[in-house]
Amino acid sequence: MMVQIRDIKRISDYEWEIPKTYRADMKVPVRLFATREILEAIAEDRSLEQAVNSATLPGLVGHVAVMPDMHQGYGFPIGGVAATRYPDGVISPGGIGYDINCGVRLLGSKIKVAEVSDQIGDLSTALDQNCPSGVGTKGHVRVSIEELDQVCRLGSRWALKKGFATDKDLLRTEENGQLKGADPTQVSKRAKERGRSQIGTLGAGNHFIEVDVIDRIFDSKAAQAMGLEEGNLAVQIHCGSRGFGHQICSDYVKELQGAIRRYKINLPDRELVCAPLNSPEGKSYLGAMRCAANYAFCNRQVLAYYARKAFEEVLAGRVKNWNLFQVYDIAHNMGKIEKHEINDKIVEVCVHRKGATRAFGPGFMGLPPEYRSIGQPVLVPGSMGTASWVLVGTEESMRRSFGSTCHGAGRTMSRKKAKKTVWGEDLRDKLQSEGIHVRAGSMAGLAEEAPQAYKDVDAVVEVVSGAGIAKKVARLVPVAVVKG
Amino acid sequence: MGFKEIEHTADWELKVWANDISTLFEQAALGMYSLAGSRLKLKPRISRTIELQNIDKESLLVDFLSELLYFTEVEEIGFDTFELQFDENTLIATLYGAPVDTISKDIKAVTYHNLEILEEADGLEVSIVFDV
Repeated sequence: MMVQIRDIKRISDYEWEIPKTYRADMKVPVRLFATREILEAIAEDRSLEQAVNSATLPGLVGHVAVMPDMHQGYGFPIGGVAATRYPDGVISPGGIGYDINCGVRLLGSKIKVAEVSDQIGDLSTALDQNCPSGVGTKGHVRVSIEELDQVCRLGSRWALKKGFATDKDLLRTEENGQLKGADPTQVSKRAKERGRSQIGTLGAGNHFIEVDVIDRIFDSKAAQAMGLEEGNLAVQIHCGSRGFGHQICSDYVKELQGAIRRYKINLPDRELVCAPLNSPEGKSYLGAMRCAANYAFCNRQVLAYYARKAFEEVLAGRVKNWNLFQVYDIAHNMGKIEKHEINDKIVEVCVHRKGATRAFGPGFMGLPPEYRSIGQPVLVPGSMGTASWVLVGTEESMRRSFGSTCHGAGRTMSRKKAKKTVWGEDLRDKLQSEGIHVRAGSMAGLAEEAPQAYKDVDAVVEVVSGAGIAKKVARLVPVAVVKG
Repeated sequence: MGFKEIEHTADWELKVWANDISTLFEQAALGMYSLAGSRLKLKPRISRTIELQNIDKESLLVDFLSELLYFTEVEEIGFDTFELQFDENTLIATLYGAPVDTISKDIKAVTYHNLEILEEADGLEVSIVFDV
């Protein structure tokens, strides 16, 4: 049965609730961050029903939070945040997603766009040539199975040891690019086989590298701490753990089909399969999932190295400083053991974020010193050709959304419809006429990612900022897009 | 028998129908290759035999399609002819195909989302959601 708008209670202009009484199997209510207009658009597909389904997991605490970029997924909706009690609540691989630690890295620069306006085309080509993208593409780095185990344990630190990173890159990465507790013995041979050749590759689908210009600063103190200045170039890298993570998630969704029978867990959808965090199956998945998370941090780090190389090839000798410095790197598909305040008590929980970004407020000790007073940077890429945002986490996000906020624009149109409505070639020409250089491997793939298929990212950011679960720092506009 | 793509906001959903379970699995494979835009070279012809076991037919279907994705990514081969033998929840599949010539889309995974093989009056039907 589809959830109707009348079933949803209004809390404020930006917050809504599907009460626990809506369906007998719900363990907690669902809290939606949206305007009425966005909510009405969301209600057209099955995402609300998926949010209700995800509220049935054993051991949930508080509420399931849903972000304004929410859309239909499989099992969990995209944009969902669910926290389960540690260690007797469950962990659900489908609540994290197949692309474990899909995320975004932002690199800043001191390069003024006006200085290099004639070189943007060359920069796009150099990025395209240096950063392998597309279906089945292999990377510049190929590792043995033993070396891959090191990548699993060390994440970005492996890249540092191999000369692909700086110390500052790691300090400005979520968890310093290395989740503790990664256990490569819990990863299948098949996943490792897929992972060996894909370090430093972008992949296809909605993944991209984009060159942006800082269009507007909203919070000068935070922007200054991050080194962001109006008119300067920046680079965004959006990708995840590639075939390695996809295989780990597939392996465990398969394995846990049996576990739910053993632990007598009833679920409305088999894609939600889960196991208690303290069960052998739960521990095993957590150890494997952390390997994929570290692989993805390392992957974006190696891509950043090649993006810097591309900038050097094109701009060395033309501008004084062509360096790309790390602003932050953040995951938006991840499961993390964190402490949160629930009903005045500090509780240890496993926060599932699927298409949602961690957004910890000021004072969080895991941040580098220069960010501690402003809060954790949040990177929100828009759809292709549209704006992207840099935000920071707030105290309010800690109270209301388990320290989480939105992750992007969120789709509204199916891929099938997008392909029928938009021709890739027309879209490329339109973007070029707007001054955005495009390098894309597949025109059909380009059409599926057309901006018309997405919500307006500015409207999504208005909601999280209006609700107080993130604060605006800077708006970016693209000048070049590279995708598979 | 056949397959068609149906509307899904973010991912791909494929509806597949056939008279019997072997043809249903074969059509699902052909549908998945079609969504991925996979084209095979004419030669050399290649064959592989796989044996899969799981708790039910739906899980076997996910396993079977996941195997094909693995062959595409790691060995860069695809298949167009299938000999499938079912014994309860075991599947022995002999696959015939060739190296992949071109492929336009990356399928991350085959999901279990609302996966149920339905017995309709005119045969079997299933909808499969792929993460892309």
